[in-house]
Amino acid sequence: MKTLNRRDFGVDFGLTLAAAILLPITTARADDTNMEVHIDNFVFQPPELTIKVGTTVTWTNRDDIPHTVVSAGKFRSKTLDTDDKFSFTFTNAGDYKYFCSLHPHMTGMIKVE
Amino acid sequence: MSGHHHGEDGVSRRKVLECMTWAGTGVLWTITGGVPRSLGIIDSAEAATAAAAGMTFLQISDSHVGFDKPANPNALGTLEEAINKINAMPVKPSFMIHTGDITHLSKAAEFDNADRIISQSKLDVHYVPGEHDFLDEEVKFYRERYGRGTKGAGWYSFDAGGVHFVGLVNVVDLKGGGLGNLGAEQLAWLEDDLRGKSKSTPVVLFAHIPLWTVYPEWGWGTEDGGRALEYVKGFGSVTVLNGHIHQVMQKVEGNVTFHTARSTAFPQPAPGTAASPGPMKVEDAKLRTMLGVASINFKQNEQRLAIIDTPLQG
Ligand SMILES: [Cu+2]
Repeated sequence: MKTLNRRDFGVDFGLTLAAAILLPITTARADDTNMEVHIDNFVFQPPELTIKVGTTVTWTNRDDIPHTVVSAGKFRSKTLDTDDKFSFTFTNAGDYKYFCSLHPHMTGMIKVE
Repeated sequence: MSGHHHGEDGVSRRKVLECMTWAGTGVLWTITGGVPRSLGIIDSAEAATAAAAGMTFLQISDSHVGFDKPANPNALGTLEEAINKINAMPVKPSFMIHTGDITHLSKAAEFDNADRIISQSKLDVHYVPGEHDFLDEEVKFYRERYGRGTKGAGWYSFDAGGVHFVGLVNVVDLKGGGLGNLGAEQLAWLEDDLRGKSKSTPVVLFAHIPLWTVYPEWGWGTEDGGRALEYVKGFGSVTVLNGHIHQVMQKVEGNVTFHTARSTAFPQPAPGTAASPGPMKVEDAKLRTMLGVASINFKQNEQRLAIIDTPLQG
């Protein structure tokens, strides 16, 4: 599943429009095996995501500052610069809390059913 | 924060070039008789007078070499501008401290570029790392370049001009809550390092993230910074210097003066005034007023620390 980055629109004018168009596309379907989380303004969006076992989640950093995605003992991304992505496939059910090791007040959760 | 602030009317080539010409410098401090006093700039008559009376040293911070986003497309250029300002000072400071985020992504080329520019100052530079200097997989570039003779992740102390300087590392092993962290090993070392020092010895602590709580919602503070401050409680003059928040902030609490230097790369918003602490894009005409240097002068028989920061343009 490819979502449109607001950078694809270049400037502000596209943002509202993009959001309106994207909403139905990004809504999770039951058979989705790929899900996306964006980092914007030091926030994981969505902060909590419920997925099925076998789903791959891809994080994209859309800030001008690098971030990481770390779940202790489970997964750890490299440092993500602007527009860098990190993917992880969840093969076991459970709650995966994660955070940014550079800005640990940034937290998120993946619930795998 | 992304570059969308540029969006309303686009950015002309000319404006981008203007962005590239502004820069920050540092803080010049002068030490006379044990009390640090920061002077504004570098070319002021006061700086020369103060320097004549005591030892001066400079603080620069947050060079973010490698950063190239709209808030400042040429962070290396503004660092060079800062160093040129320093080289033009009427009185050469004794040395310089750099309070971290030398680089943006801890890449070897970024460290090389930073070295190439900063070494043009021909000053001894005492570094502490920022979180952006520890992003390489093995966390070795910073330590290989600047870590010689340091303990742990890079902490150390030295004496100059009758003042005891302690460089601390609070960007390792960051915990939930988002604050900086010194850790038990470093705190034990600090306590030991200060033990036996005469309480009349002026102490300067410097670290990347503020040791005091500036704004915890953005991680602007150090979880166990209070422990470090307890160890310096009995000293007559304590100065705590940091970077990280890219703006001047100062407070005096008893014998302790806290001071944050500007960045040489890009400004960040005042606490709570934006959606995130990310780089702040301001009007080009205003940019240089938001970057700067600091100078410090330790003055004999003066118990009060006066800090004057000087922006590149004011
Ligand atoms: Cu982060």
